[in-house]
Amino acid sequence: MPEPILKLNSLDAFYGDFQALYGVDLEVSEGEVLAIIGANGAGKTTLMRSISGLTQNASDMVKYRGGSIGALRADQVAAQGIALVPEGRQLFPSLSVEENLMIGGQMGRKGPWSLKAVYTLFPILQERRNQQSTSLSGGQQQMVAIGRALMANPDLILFDEISLGLAPIIIKDIYAALPGIIGEGMSALIVEQDITKALSVSSRFYCLQEGRVSLNGASATAAREDISRAYFGVE
Amino acid sequence: MEWVNAVVQGTLLGGLYALFAAGLSLIFGVMRLVNIAHGDLIVLGAYLGLSVTTLLGLHPIAALIVVVPAMALIGYILQRGILNQTLGKDILPPLLVTFGLSVIIQNALLETYSADPQKMNAGALETASVSIGSLSLGLLPVLTFGIAIVVIASLQWMFYRTSLGRAFRATSDNQEIAQLMGLNRRHIFGLAMALALGVTAIAGIMLGIRTSFDPSIGGGRLIFGFEAVIIGGLGNLWGTLIGGVILGVAQTIGAKIDPGWQLLAGHIAFLVILAVRPNGLFPRINE
Ligand SMILES: Nc1ncnc2c1ncn2[C@@H]1O[C@H](COP(=O)(O)OP(=O)(O)OP(=O)(O)O)[C@@H](O)[C@H]1O
Ligand SMILES: [Mg+2]
Repeated sequence: MPEPILKLNSLDAFYGDFQALYGVDLEVSEGEVLAIIGANGAGKTTLMRSISGLTQNASDMVKYRGGSIGALRADQVAAQGIALVPEGRQLFPSLSVEENLMIGGQMGRKGPWSLKAVYTLFPILQERRNQQSTSLSGGQQQMVAIGRALMANPDLILFDEISLGLAPIIIKDIYAALPGIIGEGMSALIVEQDITKALSVSSRFYCLQEGRVSLNGASATAAREDISRAYFGVE
Repeated sequence: MEWVNAVVQGTLLGGLYALFAAGLSLIFGVMRLVNIAHGDLIVLGAYLGLSVTTLLGLHPIAALIVVVPAMALIGYILQRGILNQTLGKDILPPLLVTFGLSVIIQNALLETYSADPQKMNAGALETASVSIGSLSLGLLPVLTFGIAIVVIASLQWMFYRTSLGRAFRATSDNQEIAQLMGLNRRHIFGLAMALALGVTAIAGIMLGIRTSFDPSIGGGRLIFGFEAVIIGGLGNLWGTLIGGVILGVAQTIGAKIDPGWQLLAGHIAFLVILAVRPNGLFPRINE
């Protein structure tokens, strides 16, 4: 088994006094795609925020490539090659489509992704490149959000509910594009409400329930009953 | 003809007000910070100009080469050292801290330079004039107006055409997501304040050539700056120039009617525009 690129060591996360994650242990290997599933409020977004540095934690709770990054700021984490596609897309409204992509690449990390590569992946964005990002449809905005993260040429990319609020046909397109994205040797963490979808794109999965890992295992052999128990916490 | 003259003089005066306002507009746009000390920072710029001209024997315009970077450095340190700590959901701390800063700057200037009015000596520039038809325009106001246009055009270009401007706009839109792009907002805010105080240095020196100044006049410059920004519409730099011009013209016309009415006429113009268009004349479309 290859070295883990990311390792969470009993990660606790808080919003003020409220504890959202309890002792989460998790490993992502180099090049691996991991799915994170769980009901609303289970702590999936909090997990993404903790890894990306938006929520700061004790330093050694998050290990990345052997270094402790738990206490770093988000910009420092980003510089080390972790990119987040945030829940709800969160494009910059004052920036055009192309500017949103360019600012994703402003750290100048080397790698396969460039404006040209993103436009090849999502040709519609090239047509719309001078438009205000908020004038696009939801699916196109999601493409910009994904492209913006790719522009950083990350080694680890985090997707937080990229299908949220999108039409099924668009979701299908975006998931069809995923292998081409992750195939470049990137590792990925995918948060997804649709369990079938999540299992189909990942090699392993973790299920969160009320801030704790309730189940984890190989995606291909996961039993449905186990998952629904781990997901909803009922027998 | 006298009225035309008043309008033209007022327009040129508006250039100075736009310089007062540009820095204010920039930092409000990037970090939603209302800087109560802005007027005193303009006066600080004038005093630094005075010191540089007397110590180094430079012409005030040449002193810009020293004072602009000095003020920019002060801006960066001020932002990283103090103002960043005050920014958050609550809008009160930055107001209180910049108010305190205003008092500190005034007192420091008073200690260092005394309360006596000072003026910078710009030699022939102060009295030279150009005539257009039957109008005679002072070279200094024309130069100030020209500088204001160049400053606003440069800021506009920087904001919409450079990677720094992109970083400013992104950070202004969403600080958290900007951090995810590898932008350290504390540094970005420091750069914005540096740029704003660089412009403030220009404003201070043009002010100090035009009129005499003493440590207490910052508050009045702050008001003119505010009025220009709000008349033009928040976040719109060219609007700020137009706001400055409207304020300047209202003042010279007021003064023409009765010399005592100069300031009052400016404030009335401001209030009328605010009543008719609460968001100013050209608010930024995105807001
Ligand atoms: N800013 C916040 N302040 C306080 N509590 C929060 C905050 N954000 C989330 N929480 C709480 O933390 C817990 C985990 O939230 P989180 O957003 O991580 O869940 P999630 O699994 O991403 O849910 P969803 O599927 O709805 O996106 C929830 O109980 C939520 O109410
Ligand atoms: Mg979530």
